[in-house]
Amino acid sequence: MTATIGTVDRSRGRPAEMVMTWALRNSWTIGLLGFLVVLLAFTKIIQPSYGLPGIQGLASAVLPLALATVAQAIVVISGGIDLSIGSMMALTSVVAASQMEGQSGGFGIAVVVGVLVLGLVLGAVNGGLVVVTRVPDIVVTLAMSFVWAGCALLVLKTPGGDSADWLRQLVLGSLLVPWIPKAAVILVVIVAVIWIPLRRSRLGLSMYAIGSNQLAAFRSGVSVGRTKILAYMFTGLFAALAGLSLSASTGVGTPVPGPYTLQSVAAVVLGGVSLAGGRGGVFGPIVAVVILRLVRTDMTFLNVDTNLATVAEGFILIGVVMAGSLIEMRRRRA
Amino acid sequence: MSGTTAAPAADSWRTAAAWRGLFRDRPLIPLLALLAVLVVVIALVRPGMVGPEWAGVILRTAVPLAILAGCQTLTMLTGGIDLSVGAVASMSGFVVATLVSGPGTPAGIVVALVAAALAGLVTGIGVGVFRVHPLIMTLGMSLVVLGLANVWQLQMVQTGTGVPDEFRWLGSGTFLGIIPHSLLVFVPTATVILLALRRTGYGRLLYAIGDNPIAARLSGARAWQVLVVLYVISALMAAVAGFLLAGLTNIAAVTLADSFVLPSVAAAVIGGTSIMGGRGGYGGTIVGALILTVLTSLLSALGYPEAVRQILFGSIIVAVAAAYTRITSES
Repeated sequence: MTATIGTVDRSRGRPAEMVMTWALRNSWTIGLLGFLVVLLAFTKIIQPSYGLPGIQGLASAVLPLALATVAQAIVVISGGIDLSIGSMMALTSVVAASQMEGQSGGFGIAVVVGVLVLGLVLGAVNGGLVVVTRVPDIVVTLAMSFVWAGCALLVLKTPGGDSADWLRQLVLGSLLVPWIPKAAVILVVIVAVIWIPLRRSRLGLSMYAIGSNQLAAFRSGVSVGRTKILAYMFTGLFAALAGLSLSASTGVGTPVPGPYTLQSVAAVVLGGVSLAGGRGGVFGPIVAVVILRLVRTDMTFLNVDTNLATVAEGFILIGVVMAGSLIEMRRRRA
Repeated sequence: MSGTTAAPAADSWRTAAAWRGLFRDRPLIPLLALLAVLVVVIALVRPGMVGPEWAGVILRTAVPLAILAGCQTLTMLTGGIDLSVGAVASMSGFVVATLVSGPGTPAGIVVALVAAALAGLVTGIGVGVFRVHPLIMTLGMSLVVLGLANVWQLQMVQTGTGVPDEFRWLGSGTFLGIIPHSLLVFVPTATVILLALRRTGYGRLLYAIGDNPIAARLSGARAWQVLVVLYVISALMAAVAGFLLAGLTNIAAVTLADSFVLPSVAAAVIGGTSIMGGRGGYGGTIVGALILTVLTSLLSALGYPEAVRQILFGSIIVAVAAAYTRITSES
């Protein structure tokens, strides 16, 4: 099985062609990156003092949503959707914060590991329910968002707890050179260690397969139920990472879910992942998160009402998706 | 020998199939049974609580939820969903509240309905013409509406807000202390929806588009027109629900109805409307909204803390949806 995947990968042809196919396949992400560069230049023009602190603030502000978006991207690629990500983040964040309170840094490591396992378990419950009950993903995860939020309230009634010093240091400040914010490094490392091997593995291929055509995947021997549960488990894992980053950056755990669920859906779609499943990656969505955040920052620099920034976010979401579907329609007609 | 053993087996299979058929064709029966069970449980847990007045309170609370769940039912029949109902409902109630002291309530209602219809029109064009996924389209629209409502709030900060007396009368008033005035709005709305879904061509088109969009297009249905009209209707219903909600809670806030969005989806799902489109109806949704309201009442009657209530709420939604899928799925 792995051998066949290898041959498919290798039979692409000459290097120039490979670059072209790669560029075509990732045209959306490349376009987003281009837009991000333009936006950064624009930010520098309207606010000449925008520099190191701005970039660092951007990176640490973006981290929780970026991780939540990766979580959402994984499950959406597999043909599902998880509306309980915000609640899972709240639950993992309060568990981490309440267990770390008054404990040593070494114990904190154990807590982090435990919380990541908790994320896997939460995801397994979500995925298991979707597979066993055959109720649509959106309904199951919607209902489970109540359950996880309730559990978070059981752990902590009000925002509280503490986060280990090393964890807080992990997302603040910069690494080696001041231009590299630690939060960005953390994000890149997490994605590189978990997502890239996953995508290249047989499991990753199965996830794309069940997302793009469940019946065809089943007929080619993919265990649909098992793959789906594993996809939800990875989503739970990334939601736990997002929850940890949330309590690391704020220093407390908050039992009330933030707006992360719907924002992650929006960012995933902006990042070029099809809600129908089977298409896209996690890099586009991460770039989309940074862009959305930067637009908000720019609006503050331009002294625009922050409420209008919300309006702009909505219009960007609608406009980009409309443009995307127009391109798609033209391509189909041509 | 084999004949005698096969006969009872076939018989029991037939009865099971008959039950299934009954539930599939008349989903209201098991739902009403569940509602009755919940009411009985409340009566047992808190003797004396269930009575005409309690029923009035339940009805009054359930009406806005049932209308919002109606938006979800109609959009879900076409395979869509409307997450913008919360933002549109809150915005409508809020806009009227800001215009009470100035131009007056009727003008406020007109402004709010026009604003809601515009939001619905844009959503409908996005979903119908540009084929944007309804989840994304309505999500984006709710951001736009929420942001604009906040801007409006800052503009109107001097005028102050007040929920008009008419809304309070409609949303929280009762005849004889039992029958809520909001039924004056709800009964006609529900009748129109029920009749439209069963008896009109437009209703059939909603089912057709949700069941098989390609077949619907090939048989001459203009899906985009149906969808544009649908999302305008949905936004207008959300606006009405916002009026009732403002009257019920006596609050005008731009996030008033946000917490109703997910329960409205849940009510439609419990009521047997398939989120994949083409199957369901408004009758089940109304019972679904009642079930959720009674369930909330039961959970608070039991004195559980908010946390446990949320956990039970979510679990019961999953359980009911799972039972539904099991009963109604073929084979």
